Amino acid sequence: MKHTLAVLVENKPGVLTHISGLISRRAFNIESIAAGYTEEPDTTRITIVVEGDEIEQEQVVNQLSKLVDVIKISDLTAVESIQRELALIKVKASAATRSDIINIVEIFRASIVDVNRETMVIELSGDETKIDALCQVLAEDHGIIEIVRTGRIALSRGPVPAKNQGI
Amino acid sequence: MKERVTNLEMTGAEAIIESLNNENVDVVFGYPGGAVLTLYDALFKAEFNHILTKHEQGAVHAADGYARATGKVGVVIATSGPGATNLVTGIATAYMDSIPLVAITGQVSVPLIGRDSFQEADIRGITTPITKHNYLVKRVEDLPGALKEAFYIARTGRPGPVVVDIAKDVFAASLDYHYPTDVKLRGYRPVYEGNLETIDKVFEELRIAKKPLIFVGGGVNLSDSSEELKSLIEQTGFPVISTLMGLGCVPFDHPQFLGMVGMHGTYAANMATTECDLLLGIGVRFDDRVTGLLDEFAAKAKIIHFDIDPAEINKNVLAHLRVIGDVKWSIPALAQRVKHVSKELQEHVQSWIEKCLFWQEEKPLSYEQDADLVMPQAVVEKVSQLTQGNAVIVTDVGQHQMWVAQYYGFKNPRSLLTSGGLGTMGYGLPAALGAQCGMPDRPVILFIGDGGMMMNCQELAVTAEYNFPVKVLVFNNQCLGMVAQWQRMFYGGRYSHTSLKGSTTDFVKLAEAMGVKGLRVHKPEELGLILEEAMAIPGPVVVDIRIPEVLDVLPMVPSGARLDQMIIGGKEG
Repeated sequence: MKHTLAVLVENKPGVLTHISGLISRRAFNIESIAAGYTEEPDTTRITIVVEGDEIEQEQVVNQLSKLVDVIKISDLTAVESIQRELALIKVKASAATRSDIINIVEIFRASIVDVNRETMVIELSGDETKIDALCQVLAEDHGIIEIVRTGRIALSRGPVPAKNQGI
Repeated sequence: MKERVTNLEMTGAEAIIESLNNENVDVVFGYPGGAVLTLYDALFKAEFNHILTKHEQGAVHAADGYARATGKVGVVIATSGPGATNLVTGIATAYMDSIPLVAITGQVSVPLIGRDSFQEADIRGITTPITKHNYLVKRVEDLPGALKEAFYIARTGRPGPVVVDIAKDVFAASLDYHYPTDVKLRGYRPVYEGNLETIDKVFEELRIAKKPLIFVGGGVNLSDSSEELKSLIEQTGFPVISTLMGLGCVPFDHPQFLGMVGMHGTYAANMATTECDLLLGIGVRFDDRVTGLLDEFAAKAKIIHFDIDPAEINKNVLAHLRVIGDVKWSIPALAQRVKHVSKELQEHVQSWIEKCLFWQEEKPLSYEQDADLVMPQAVVEKVSQLTQGNAVIVTDVGQHQMWVAQYYGFKNPRSLLTSGGLGTMGYGLPAALGAQCGMPDRPVILFIGDGGMMMNCQELAVTAEYNFPVKVLVFNNQCLGMVAQWQRMFYGGRYSHTSLKGSTTDFVKLAEAMGVKGLRVHKPEELGLILEEAMAIPGPVVVDIRIPEVLDVLPMVPSGARLDQMIIGGKEG
């Protein structure tokens, strides 16, 4: 099964190399990884989606925890959480097809962030299946020029932050 | 301890010397170069010793040998680029065996970093997979903190090597020096004392086990817990086996000790592992050289894993119970728990102990004797007898390493220094000089093959220059013995590039060229006298010992086979 891990790390040079290097040399199955600043300037939060059984998941957590710059890891799969991914999708769009695309965008509650004579850029946030579904419709009906996706980020519901959560 | 300066204006280089003083460093191993010129200028006045090796690889292995023998942090210094990359094998060697090292490397100046400058290498990137942690110091004010953390991380928790890469201009920059008194790392808090409830659960398993087995590894040596272990062994009456790295933490002649387990382990140890119903793995990591075919390893047993590193649990074998924490805490905690039922436990396992001792008597370690040939096992036994099992023994890697493990008869912890995890040929000679440097009053004996000798033979000159009285026993079989053994057993006897018969190296002359006494043993009757002569010489000695070429290390569990599927050989074979 998939696990979403919130990994809090020191905001120092080389941290991402340490983490990605560890993941690759231990041959862990990582589906996505997304990093960004947090409410504390010296902390970076990395969301990692791991595919594998409990034993593999435990190894990922234990090995990552050994890195000196990793402060805390919490498994957001074990608690109620909100999980999102952001995608920007550039589709082929002529004057004739634009209105259909706008319809699709509305149905998905996505938004159009750029338009020109030949293309449109659509922004969508949601879980992976929702983004996959939009991509599929657009690809089949209109043709996608390029896609960029952030990988999953996640936050627990309720008042307890990941830094205070047990694993 | 001497009063050390604080809050003083000094250069980065001086701050390093002062920090090493603060860490009570008494010796560093190193090799100078462009990026570390300023550091070496400060070293000129340092109170601690600097051992100049002939190669950076020699320096890092020497620091490793020093650390293994003394239990202190080994320190090595090298310059940027090739100086730093020459440390890589030694750092990886230390990492695999959890040896505390601090490697200080010079880096090109900050403005030159990232421009493919002369002698620039990203040593931080290169060593990331083989260090416990590493630093690149680009600001002089970060230097004391980085060094403090480096030493702290290297020696605490599960020990390991730490690299501190320092830009050249940092050495010359000045700072208001203050060495931190403590370390605050949000992401590094090793757990020494674990959960006592798990000890209770282990105790319950101990009471119901009919065929329990204690299995010890390098963690017991590293944490200096052999006394605590002895008490646990005696309270429980359980039989004990050891990994290569655990040798010495149980005296070889202890009546419950069945010997080394694994690929070249004893019949009794491997049979006991196969048959046991409870395996207490203490400070072990279930390496493939120990387990053989993983799925069949101790297949009848519940496995209880004691380790300070939570990431070791369930990495290779699934543990039924885990005891996280320093084994120096968990071993006595368990011993305390079993104390009041000691007699009951011992009676409970009586028939199992008898079975183990039967295996031991049935197929003890043995080898063929030959009146005309110097048998390597006999050399090891002779050295053991001459040193009464009390020397610091260093090995290189290969057949001789296994013969030493099998036949020396280790009595004391930290008395076998060997590259167990990485299996680094060329480790032995520099490690031996490092060990001798740390243990000037103990005999240090190196066993090495004729192949490994040529990998770092330049360091012989260092033993002469500093008069480190290491006794170097070269097991000269004119081939790369362990590889040849595998070729003989598994590759149809095609000795592809393992013969050294064409070698023109005369080890006696090599020794003498470097200022070391050289001796040679051809015949079995010379062995005792020559070894005694070598031991009596106050300086370093090389003894070239001619042993048979075609000889196998036995018993042997072929790679990927079950532990009880041993090729026994010896007298029976």
